[in-house]
Amino acid sequence: MDFHDRHLLRLRVNGEDHSLSDLDPRVTLLDLLRERLHLTGTKKGCNFGECGACTVHLDGRRVNACMILAVSAEGREVTTIEGLADGDALHPVQQAFIDHDGFQCGFCTPGQVMSAAALIEEGHTGSDAEIREWMSGNLCRCSAYPQIVEAVRAAAGRASQ
Amino acid sequence: MMITQPVARPDGGVKVTGRARYAADYFAPDLLYAVLVTAPAPAGRVTSIMVDDALAEEGVVRVLTHEDMPKFGRFASPRAEPDTQTQHAEGPPAAQSFMPMQNDEIRHEGQPLAIVLGETLEAAEAGARRVSLRYEFAEPELPAPPEWTAIDKAAVVPRESGFLFLEPTFTKGEVDRGLSNAAAMVEAVYLQPSRHHNAMEPSATLAEWNDGELTLHDATQHVYGVRQVVAARMNVPAEKVRVISRHTGGGFGGKGWIWPHQVLAAAAARIMQRPVRLALSRANAYSCLGYQPRMAQKIVLAADKSGKLTAVQQDVVNLTTVTDDFVEFATEASKGLYATPAMRLSQRVERANVAMPTALRAPVEGPGTWALESAMDELAHRLGIDPLDLRLINHADTDPATGQPWSSKKLREAYEEGARLFGWRERPRKPQRDGDWLIGYGMATCSMGCFRHPTPAAEVRLHRDSTVLIRTGTQDIGTGTLTIFPQIAADVLGLPMERIELEMGDTQLPEAGPTYGSSSTMGVGAAVLAAAEDARSQFARLANLPPDEVEMQDGHIRRKGAAGGQTIADVMSHTDIGEIIGSGSFDPAQHGKGLAMRTFGAIFMEVGVDPGLGLLRLRRAVGSYSAGRIVNPRTARSQMTGGIIWGWGMAAMEQSRHEPVLGRFLSKNLSGVAIPVNADIPGDIIIHFVDEVDEHASPIGGKGIGELGATGVAAAVANAVFDATGKRIRELPITPEKLL
Repeated sequence: MDFHDRHLLRLRVNGEDHSLSDLDPRVTLLDLLRERLHLTGTKKGCNFGECGACTVHLDGRRVNACMILAVSAEGREVTTIEGLADGDALHPVQQAFIDHDGFQCGFCTPGQVMSAAALIEEGHTGSDAEIREWMSGNLCRCSAYPQIVEAVRAAAGRASQ
Repeated sequence: MMITQPVARPDGGVKVTGRARYAADYFAPDLLYAVLVTAPAPAGRVTSIMVDDALAEEGVVRVLTHEDMPKFGRFASPRAEPDTQTQHAEGPPAAQSFMPMQNDEIRHEGQPLAIVLGETLEAAEAGARRVSLRYEFAEPELPAPPEWTAIDKAAVVPRESGFLFLEPTFTKGEVDRGLSNAAAMVEAVYLQPSRHHNAMEPSATLAEWNDGELTLHDATQHVYGVRQVVAARMNVPAEKVRVISRHTGGGFGGKGWIWPHQVLAAAAARIMQRPVRLALSRANAYSCLGYQPRMAQKIVLAADKSGKLTAVQQDVVNLTTVTDDFVEFATEASKGLYATPAMRLSQRVERANVAMPTALRAPVEGPGTWALESAMDELAHRLGIDPLDLRLINHADTDPATGQPWSSKKLREAYEEGARLFGWRERPRKPQRDGDWLIGYGMATCSMGCFRHPTPAAEVRLHRDSTVLIRTGTQDIGTGTLTIFPQIAADVLGLPMERIELEMGDTQLPEAGPTYGSSSTMGVGAAVLAAAEDARSQFARLANLPPDEVEMQDGHIRRKGAAGGQTIADVMSHTDIGEIIGSGSFDPAQHGKGLAMRTFGAIFMEVGVDPGLGLLRLRRAVGSYSAGRIVNPRTARSQMTGGIIWGWGMAAMEQSRHEPVLGRFLSKNLSGVAIPVNADIPGDIIIHFVDEVDEHASPIGGKGIGELGATGVAAAVANAVFDATGKRIRELPITPEKLL
């Protein structure tokens, strides 16, 4: 494949349609969001799918945006951390992270929040152990793990176990 | 009263919505993306750099090599002798004296050799892959094999430099007599591997020159330090450099001092006359930044029959690079923890062609307590004394090294309250089993020195509309300063948190020092307090009230104890003043003279070991601390659990291994280097603070807590493993092969 071909890409990001002509096929979804669309809430922690800081929703499913080529997202719908809240009203997961001190430096937080929102939808919050397991793709070096579990449990509407 | 309240972080809103901006989130018109080409081997020289293929790549604008770089200026560390002309006079905030890309020399693997600049990141990355280098490799100095005899043989006394904070040796009393009079003795070597910070944000710098003035958006724990070092290296006056860092995505020491990439970004931008963003790759972060060096510590503890220490000997060797002697002062643990009539301590380094180490959460007592607190447990078992009792028997009522009284110490309370919360005294003494798991209990003392940097400043502006702006040139790395500084000002000025704004992370704000060494609450917090009090005094004069006799509450100022009072708007409306600017600073020399200062604590842990599979699991932990007044128990709890989890990582999984052939880091990514993930950490971690105010350390009454939680943990884990299995592990991390 000639990497110098340029592509037209249409996709929907946070409810807004984007059409990008002249797209370099090497651009990842992460770099598209950050460098082309300036949606910098999605973070680059490793660029190899190891840390989860770039977690976004692609057609409602969790993905590491660094592992997706942007051209493969043609016609698809992306939700990033910037599109999770309903206007000024925070998503319950976002509010829970504040209420339970589920972050310190905040760099991994967008990815944590996007993962948490999706796994609540998927029904993976049946127990604290299940939350821990399913949140383990998102590294947090400040190590707010106990607080993150509390936040996800609260957002999932479960009582403490 | 806001101080001591568990106020939620005001930065929550921007951090959960993705609006908080970190260094790599900034753009500039005509931005160029920089990608580093680095050395594949640790020693030798590069004989040619062929750039034609890279330049043929569409969008690649330029490839810079050492031939293009300016001659970087030297940075004279404030800590070094001012008149010395040797390069070893360098030191912090510069992370190392060695600057790459000044000639053809290669001193460590991963060292930057060329910078590819592209119109897009993809172009620059593709270009970097197409740069061809020719080398002449030299025989590298390799790290010694990880055992005491080899390391001891390779060790040398560190050179004088800005990195040598303390004397490399220390003696007190008659050690030989203490050893010969002993009823029990422990002599053991404790090893730990090199390990990296692995902050989730890889360091990044956006450099932009305008009319000879440089602006840097940088990921740093010290904006003023970046300014000092980059200005010196670029040979421009410091006033010509502005550094901005609104949020830093984790530091842990890795962004504390200033590394070459920050200078290289500035140089590339000046050469290109265009803004340049250099965001390190995750792999770069292993070789272009520091790490906690591989260390070996030999400890001898001698005690009489009652358990009282008669002598302590600690010899420490840490790995360092060939150009600079970083010294990891683990002997501070022996100097600060236990009463003993005699001690003999030494620090040496082992030089090799490896990247420069640096401070990592927790430095100094982090490694120091790993060795000392393991040895104390061994001594307790040899004497048949409970490990907690042995620590109580040797409690240091005054500073063991100097004999000075403590500014404040409630370690006895911390032991007692921690033991009660954990159930230490009631723990089962016979081997316990839970299915396949052997259960063990261990404890250790935690302690950290107090780093009080001179002389942080802050400004507090009180506005006519009853809002307040705090301005201070410190930086947010997530520790909680964005919450507690407004709490401090809110109390003085009698206003709710939401009226108070805080601006940090910019060299246009009053200079406030680094965010490391657990120093910010004591230092910058005290400066904010002084500035708020200054604003209140000025405001009292406007209100025709004696400054020493007023209080401010609910937006009113009044004589202490009086009712009612005047509102801020009322007082201001009688003048033409729109705002009052209070200033304050904290000079540590004025506080606690002649007193020894430390934070203290105890960590109690329960672990499970599966002897069939060699697995080690944390089951629960209690951390109980004596650290002065806790300004915000909610953010403080996160600091302590974070520290304990760092300690767990050190104990159970973290290592950056040097491969034996060329000494390179074996893995430079987050799949080859294990750090704790959510599933590793149980919810049952209890944090307790002893009720305490230290009036001498700082007017805040508090001390530092960011590193304290990470001390003692590795030893407590190894001690619990011994309790569970009878195996004494003296080499970290405690991975399965050591438990099988």
